[in-house]
Amino acid sequence: MGRKILFITTDQQRYDTLGANGGTLARTPVLDGLAAQGIRYERCQPTSVVCMPSRASMLTGQYPSTHGAWMNGVPLAVDAPSVAENLHDAGYATALIGKAHFEPFMDPFGRFAENSLANLGIPTIEQDWFDGRRGVHRGFDYLEFATHGVMGPLHYAKWMARYHPEAMGGFYQVVDHDLNVSAVGGGDTGAPQVKMNDVPREWYHTDWVAERTIDWLAGQGDDQDWFCWMSFPDPHHPWDPPRTEVGRIPWRDVALPVNYPERASERESLLDAKARHWRAWYDGRLVSNYEAPAKWVPATLTSDQVREVNALNAVEVELIDEAIGRVLHAIAARGWGDDVDVIFTTDHGELQGDFGLLFKGPYHVDGLMRLPLIWRPAPSTKPLPSVVRAPVSLVSLAATFLAVAGKPAPAWVEGPSLPINDDDALVRSFDATVTEWDSALFGVDVHVRSVVTTGHLYTEYRPGTMHDGSEGELYDLSDDPLQRINRFDDPAYANVRATLAERLQSHEDRPGERAVPGTLMAPV
Amino acid sequence: MASLRHERRISASANVVWDVVRRPESIPQWFPGIESCTVDGNRRVITTSIGLEMPEEILTIDNLLRRFAYRVTAPMYRFHLGVIDVIALGTNDSLCVYSTTAEPDLLALLIDGGTVGALDEIQRIAEASTKE
Repeated sequence: MGRKILFITTDQQRYDTLGANGGTLARTPVLDGLAAQGIRYERCQPTSVVCMPSRASMLTGQYPSTHGAWMNGVPLAVDAPSVAENLHDAGYATALIGKAHFEPFMDPFGRFAENSLANLGIPTIEQDWFDGRRGVHRGFDYLEFATHGVMGPLHYAKWMARYHPEAMGGFYQVVDHDLNVSAVGGGDTGAPQVKMNDVPREWYHTDWVAERTIDWLAGQGDDQDWFCWMSFPDPHHPWDPPRTEVGRIPWRDVALPVNYPERASERESLLDAKARHWRAWYDGRLVSNYEAPAKWVPATLTSDQVREVNALNAVEVELIDEAIGRVLHAIAARGWGDDVDVIFTTDHGELQGDFGLLFKGPYHVDGLMRLPLIWRPAPSTKPLPSVVRAPVSLVSLAATFLAVAGKPAPAWVEGPSLPINDDDALVRSFDATVTEWDSALFGVDVHVRSVVTTGHLYTEYRPGTMHDGSEGELYDLSDDPLQRINRFDDPAYANVRATLAERLQSHEDRPGERAVPGTLMAPV
Repeated sequence: MASLRHERRISASANVVWDVVRRPESIPQWFPGIESCTVDGNRRVITTSIGLEMPEEILTIDNLLRRFAYRVTAPMYRFHLGVIDVIALGTNDSLCVYSTTAEPDLLALLIDGGTVGALDEIQRIAEASTKE
């Protein structure tokens, strides 16, 4: 019997939402406890700041420019590499419960397996594997899906429709009649994507994901090794947690984020110091991607709306923490507690008021790029608690899972296994991470590459609709942790810029075989 | 209004490719995710694999130009025009172009995503037919 792996992800969660990371709004005792027992990473970056490319990187251990799912709506090839296939081969039972999103949600022709499994009523489906064999879908022998609401063909939506149809109307309608991300406001402040939801807590998708996970674990034999990816759709918008829980954090008592300047003139001045698309989006002159409401103008965001969104976001984070606690309790009750590695992270962050903005897009700053990451190795391995300050990336997760399973990383993995402390990081040269962005939507294309080191965050904007290739951003994280002062054109930083530009170029020039970039099939 | 397009170079004559797509009732054979259809005059109703029914109007079947044009008439579309053009490039060489123009824009993208798979199938069927 080997080490079992509980891989927990959330969607769109900031680094500073956890108590262990200094957050003060949400109470997260379960995750804080895991961090205290294990390894807490202070600078974990995604490979992309939107869901599909980032999640595909977790599964493949590859950057988007390698696995080919370069933006939301671009499906990961069904025969792309998958760490779950390797774990399956190693004898692990493999499950993904909750939000997958390797394939587009919007799928009127029902071409993607993720959207057909619930209708078919089967736990998985046989498809082509990367190595030419056929096997269970992406290496998972059990799949049960949920996303941010109750519409669509996924398991959670069908469960709600079958057992609790009377509660479905409580959820926020995520898209409008034109299929755009809805700009309709709600709550007390009229904030976009906010709604008071009368669904009972036990029917909400956070608890559903936890309960389905517990149910799957209950079906495993005592000596069975397993890899379970428990994937919560929250705290991604819409912010519509059960109304019964909203009183935990009264929004009027919530302090404004440190990076939300209350004066519009200050916000605009900060945005004007960045590449031109920041201000264009803020003013409502640009919609570059699908992930924020197309009909919402960030400049209209009020201080109270920021407070209410952050309060509801924190409620959702608390519900996730409590759900994780129930799953860990079930694991302990099976006698597995000492043999389970728990890895917790998210796919990308959320601007959540930073610079007067909400949601996400081609804006490579900490709000979107600095992620919570905790690895609590199996207690039977007697792990030494540590804090890793070196930059690490989600691209390292696949190799980490295989290392836990005692298996070597295959050649297609681009990220080495996570370091267990800063000494390990130093020895293995964890000194920079890269985040990519490529989008093309209705004639607007944006291409961004960023590198983060312990000292700097450097971004280049490649030629596209909004940029001519000459713009960029450079932030000195030592004296500008909020990324407010753009030193890209500062002569004093010319050498730093040159060094970081070389790092990005070496990323572009890295060896290895790249998949043909996928085709945009849907908005998301 | 969004207007999108995909094209495919096919190793088959234009007549062979046109033969794949020209009959309205043939669409379930070459458009992945369309399970069935009914055709009544210039009215066609397709049914997708998730049970979605979409009514359409056939606008043009031009055997000389090798152009097939249709529009989705479901109320959620304020406008839709789908056009398949088959262009001869050589004896056994042709170009198939599938264009989608629609409002709301995002509905164009949803159909357009499906047309990529349709071109895959059109190519597969036409090239297999040429080899026979």
